[in-house]
Amino acid sequence: MLNYLALSAPKWLSDSPILHNRIDPDVLDYFLWPLTQIVVLLVVVLTLVAYLTLAERKVSAWIQARLGPNRVGPLGLLQPLADGLKLLIKEDLIPLNADKIVFAIAPIISLVAAFVALAVIPWGAAWGMISNIDIGLLFIFSVSSVGVLGIILGGWASNSKYSLLGALRSSAQMVSYEVAIGLALIGGLMFTKTLALQDMVLAQARLHIWIIVFQPLAFLIYLISGIAETNRAPFDLPEAESELVAGFHTEYSGFRFSLFFIAEYTNIVIVSAVGVTVFLGGWYLPGLSYIFEPGSALFVLSSIAVFAAKTLVLLYVFFWLRWSVPRYRYDQLMELGWKWLIPAALANILLTAILFVIAQQLGLIVSNGNFLEITKLGYVFLIGTAFIITIPITWIMLGQINQRSRDFNLYEAKPLPMNRKK
Amino acid sequence: MSETIDITRPEIDANEMILNMGPQHPATHGVLRVVLKLDGEIVTDLDCDIGYLHRGVEKICEHRTYPMIAPYFDRTDYIAAASNGLCYVETIEKALGLEIPLQAQYLRVILVELTRLSSHLLWLATHALDIGAVTVFLWAFKEREEILKIFENFFGARLTCHAFRIGGMSYDAYDGFEAEVKTFAKRFPSSLAEYETMLNSNRIWLSRTVGVGIISGEAAIDIGLTGPALRASGIEWDIRKAHPYECYSELDFDIPVGENGDTYDRYLVRMEEMRQALRIIVQALDKLPGGPVMAAKVSKVIKVPVGEYYHSVEAPKGELGVYLASDGGTQPARLRIRPPSLLNLQALRQMSIGHLYADVVAIIGSLDIVLGEIDR
Repeated sequence: MLNYLALSAPKWLSDSPILHNRIDPDVLDYFLWPLTQIVVLLVVVLTLVAYLTLAERKVSAWIQARLGPNRVGPLGLLQPLADGLKLLIKEDLIPLNADKIVFAIAPIISLVAAFVALAVIPWGAAWGMISNIDIGLLFIFSVSSVGVLGIILGGWASNSKYSLLGALRSSAQMVSYEVAIGLALIGGLMFTKTLALQDMVLAQARLHIWIIVFQPLAFLIYLISGIAETNRAPFDLPEAESELVAGFHTEYSGFRFSLFFIAEYTNIVIVSAVGVTVFLGGWYLPGLSYIFEPGSALFVLSSIAVFAAKTLVLLYVFFWLRWSVPRYRYDQLMELGWKWLIPAALANILLTAILFVIAQQLGLIVSNGNFLEITKLGYVFLIGTAFIITIPITWIMLGQINQRSRDFNLYEAKPLPMNRKK
Repeated sequence: MSETIDITRPEIDANEMILNMGPQHPATHGVLRVVLKLDGEIVTDLDCDIGYLHRGVEKICEHRTYPMIAPYFDRTDYIAAASNGLCYVETIEKALGLEIPLQAQYLRVILVELTRLSSHLLWLATHALDIGAVTVFLWAFKEREEILKIFENFFGARLTCHAFRIGGMSYDAYDGFEAEVKTFAKRFPSSLAEYETMLNSNRIWLSRTVGVGIISGEAAIDIGLTGPALRASGIEWDIRKAHPYECYSELDFDIPVGENGDTYDRYLVRMEEMRQALRIIVQALDKLPGGPVMAAKVSKVIKVPVGEYYHSVEAPKGELGVYLASDGGTQPARLRIRPPSLLNLQALRQMSIGHLYADVVAIIGSLDIVLGEIDR
């Protein structure tokens, strides 16, 4: 039980001459070690979030032929510190007619919801995560749903029309895209047969494959919905500055604003981390176990590095998209969610399930307790069908569903070349 | 015109919300205030409130001599200062019957077309920014910077460009002007193609602009739309062709005309206009005749004969006109500016009703308004 919860301190720590026989093992396992993990995780994630803002500004600057922040510290590396300091010492403004208590609580709810989800993410092998609960994935979903509450309350309590519109938009958006995210992940769950995130990584390590190869469509849906779920461009309608000034946090300033900001970036990290865990093999990298002995401290540290690298790649995709495409309109966003992504995710589940059963009947997949065993032909079958059958059939189906939609027929409705007259 | 919406005592209606957009708002391009009636996110009515930037330019002009008035025009449409200056000096030249030297005419055309480019680039930048394409915003500003550098060398100013005088130009082009403009003209088409790659083939851009803010040709004429906004509705009306001034009749260029009169067509028309402006610039550079830049017989004290005069030019935003009533003195009795932005803004209500709130932002962007010109 202890091992399963990943609570116990690693052996090299509990056996180390400083701690050995001086501290009650239970105190170490249940109290000191998790506390250390939590403190380290919070410090690392907060720093990461701070530097993500800098990274985002730098990436956007490179895309836009600018230099980006380069004044504070070498290469602008101290910019997050300066920003944080500025936000801390700024006047904390509460609008006169705002609901003061709710106004104060809202950003805290958002932030707490974002941080709690960090607890179940498998940052690394063995002691590289805090707790590996059975319902890990469901836990993340339920907690991140609470984050929406913070946004609604913040928008409502501000007593401003822009905030209210922003809050309404974001709640509608997050609720609809949560469906798409959940459905997209089910395809991956069929192969891992578990909801515990660490076990999902182990299942992928056992299969020697990243789920993305079996589920390319699901990954695509997950990525798009994930961007929408975190209110990022091109789905940043809740804070569309050209329409709603700043959306639900229009009236927030100073430290309260920064809480919302940290929560938003933490959510981006979580979405990337879950995507990496479910689709990109988590900390699993083929060949890693040959370099370091599995279970050793070096192995765990290198697995954390692998996980971080994959997460950063996904984060870069987030930045890249944000600065390349215009913003969707509210109705188009809903249409994309309900008419494209959710049907596609449902079709993906159905087709994957059918193919899975066929493979089982053919003996290509053998269920072995909690794990799957796939033959070589099985790999070829599953990968091939994912690309040859699932994607085209889903695409045709989407075309049928959206046959009459305006956006689907944009090119037909409008000849592109200009009618030029002398 | 719409009835004024009373925002002090709104009727209590659970389905409608009155939203005050501006005058301090990121997407109103200055200090425009739009009062919107929203049903959910759908616009049921809107009213524009202007005048936050009123400086009384027309009244000031009544108390200035004719040469002193010219700089005030740079500050009406501050994004296209040279076009405004041109309109004023041409009105006076027309009233005086002055024939200005060819070199000055060609230089004026080059500078005015460069102004059109810089104005359209600013429009593209802000329009793209409104719809969320932030990167195009900065790319367009980068290219505009190159034009502003040429302006800085020529006029000594980047924004309030002023070198046109009654009777010609105050000075000839500096050494290297031609080379600088030619280098720019050589590179600019590739930048333009870059913007189009970012937008033309982008599904989100298309779905945000196609079919949004449609206005028919007849409705556009009724409202008094001019410039690219009118041409996008399929009406071929360009003062450079209809009533050629300066040396436009000697230059070869096309007038792009749209079909549907939606936001996307207005975008396409302006993009094509930039190409045509570049064509004009290259031709005019090749044809630069040399010689004096100031008409010989311009008196020191300018007195316009008694009468009423109207002259208009094709400014980047549409027909810019100056109406002048003279009592024969050194100062105008009345001077009125016909700003294209003011009349183009009138179409906003008709274009927006029934669309979503986000579309209003896109439509304002596609109308290309400047509040300095509207409020004067």
